[in-house]
Amino acid sequence: MQLARVKGNVVATIKNSALQGRKLMVIQPLDGNLKASGKPLVAVDSVGAGAGELVFWCRGKEASFPFEGSEVPTDCTIIGIVDSEAHVKVIGGKA
Amino acid sequence: MILARVLGNVVATQKNARYSEARIMLVQPVNPDGTPRGASVLALDSVDAGEGDLVIVVQEGWSASTASTGEAGAAIDSAIVGVVDFIENHS
Repeated sequence: MQLARVKGNVVATIKNSALQGRKLMVIQPLDGNLKASGKPLVAVDSVGAGAGELVFWCRGKEASFPFEGSEVPTDCTIIGIVDSEAHVKVIGGKA
Repeated sequence: MILARVLGNVVATQKNARYSEARIMLVQPVNPDGTPRGASVLALDSVDAGEGDLVIVVQEGWSASTASTGEAGAAIDSAIVGVVDFIENHS
């Protein structure tokens, strides 16, 4: 799992039927100091996140687990919204 | 998932029987602003994407297999699962 910033929505009318009705977002993964780390990705939202929010996400097959019951093809899912940047506390002040 | 631009398709008469009916597409990963990023990769199509389309590619085996062949267990690791109309609020 990793922190990320939501950069925007991806609008895709034509998508795999198992993705119909799911919200897709562009996210920028962040390190513990909330600096961009790695490439932007497209994530499925499972928690109602919006643009600009600090979130955390999960990769791999496990990314489809929040949608149990429907087999959503995703390798990147937003699974939590961080309350605020002040709620990311790093011991010693640096990650 | 990643964003990618469809470059074309790859014709392979001899391939794994589990996806003998599928289209194999050559895609170039791109950043949200459309600039290319890294090497091009292959992905099975599940949405009838065409050359030049901006698409969403899932890079995980189970998802790619269920999306493009309807069941798990095919020997693939990437599938196109959506065609992007536009990206909103991107900053």
